[in-house]
Amino acid sequence: MTETLTNPVLTLLRLIPGVETLSDGMQVLLSGFLAGVILFAFIAVFALYAVYLERKVAGHVQDRLGPMEVGWHGLLQTIADAIKLLNKEDFAPKDVDTKLFTLAPFLVFMTALSVFVVFPYDSQVSIANLNIGIFYVIAISSIAVPAVIMAGWSSNNKWSLFGAMRSAAQIVSYEIPVGLSIICVIMVVGHMGMQEIVEFQGGGFWKWVIFRSFPFNFIAFFIFFLGSLAEVNRTPFDLPEAESELVAGFMTEYSGMRWAFFFLAEYGNMLAVGLVGAALFLGGWQPPFEFLSFVPGWLWFILKALVLIFVQIWLRWTLPRLRVDQLMYVCWKVLVPFAFVCIIGVGLWEVLT
Amino acid sequence: MGKDFVFLLFVAMTIGGAAIVAFAKRIIYNAFALMLSLFGLAGLYVFLSADFIAAVQVVVYVGGIMVLMLFGVLLTTKLTDVKLTTLKNQRIWAGITLGFFMIVLGAVIQRAPWIVTHEELVHDPQSATIGELLMTKYLLPFEIASVLLLAALIGALFIVRSEHK
Repeated sequence: MTETLTNPVLTLLRLIPGVETLSDGMQVLLSGFLAGVILFAFIAVFALYAVYLERKVAGHVQDRLGPMEVGWHGLLQTIADAIKLLNKEDFAPKDVDTKLFTLAPFLVFMTALSVFVVFPYDSQVSIANLNIGIFYVIAISSIAVPAVIMAGWSSNNKWSLFGAMRSAAQIVSYEIPVGLSIICVIMVVGHMGMQEIVEFQGGGFWKWVIFRSFPFNFIAFFIFFLGSLAEVNRTPFDLPEAESELVAGFMTEYSGMRWAFFFLAEYGNMLAVGLVGAALFLGGWQPPFEFLSFVPGWLWFILKALVLIFVQIWLRWTLPRLRVDQLMYVCWKVLVPFAFVCIIGVGLWEVLT
Repeated sequence: MGKDFVFLLFVAMTIGGAAIVAFAKRIIYNAFALMLSLFGLAGLYVFLSADFIAAVQVVVYVGGIMVLMLFGVLLTTKLTDVKLTTLKNQRIWAGITLGFFMIVLGAVIQRAPWIVTHEELVHDPQSATIGELLMTKYLLPFEIASVLLLAALIGALFIVRSEHK
């Protein structure tokens, strides 16, 4: 199966004239660089229009129009915002720990970027189809916690520190229900590679994991979705940056391009979570009906992810924020027990059939 | 050569991180350097084609244990230049332990049947093999470890509970 796998980065690499004459080391470096550039562009373009979508949805939820002035229906608004951010002064407060303060945004963004490597963008198209696939995603996203703590601590500001601690506590807690719900998927599919998981779900929407061993994987999907909302710090779980309590949480002291990296990482994480949800539960690049297979797979994949992202945005502008104790209650006393029941249910189902 | 370069990068991360842990004066740098070192170690596992172990290393150490340590360090303010000595003549004891450890390590390095070529490595999916072994040959140790963790969990909950009389 891996023989036929096309790797977009390597395909692009071969297009560069004279690349064969370079040494192996240069080729490895170049492909890494190329993957970084492609994924960065992908996330940046997505973030620009996700922000636009967010503001439009927010506007319409609150009976306003949202951005309207720059471009047709405000389409160029976020580009103007990005240019403004690029022009801002690179500023660090006096008493910050400069080394960690400068390192933290890159670390946060790096973790957001590196999960995109394993996603199955289309049939046989992924940058690296790792055998441990989804487990790699969990592993890499767990690096975000120390990075956020780094940002919060080095800012030398009590709001940042509180925000970082909340964020760390929240991400560490919600990793558990998310991990357990992912185990439900792995139990059905019997493989952790992302391509294999998606391939398993071929042939109509009723073959998708979400409808397997009904209703356990259905519940698991909701546990995954709620947990992932918390992991990417979205409302109703956006306590780490609760602006009415903590100014802006762990990114209080950041401005300009450094802040923009946190922002890009946040939207990158939203997209990553949407893509993971689409790949694990909603059949990834598989079309819902066989006769719709003329639509390219990557489009299905992105569309499914966009639906999930739209729900994230929709929830953000309609639900109030949870209190810290409610947050922990939801995680430990609601999601975790339900996830265990789902695992037992899926296990029984798999054994009996 | 390309692989060598990446390999050396991970080696540098592991050793450099460990060196910072040993020599940095500010305790939070030590904590983050330890994270770097553990992450480098995960990279080295990948070179041993143990991808599952590498991911577990990142999840458990970087995402779990490091966060616990950071929480401890987090609430201390700029803790610098503290003499962290807990024993009398700590350096002497440390030197003796180090010497002993070096002898053991040297003996192990001498005697171990090292796999030197890339072809000898097993490239099968590690997770399936590990899972199978845990459920058959090593079931008892696996269960003992689970019970131990459960006991630790209950113990932690008991200590944290405020209303124990």
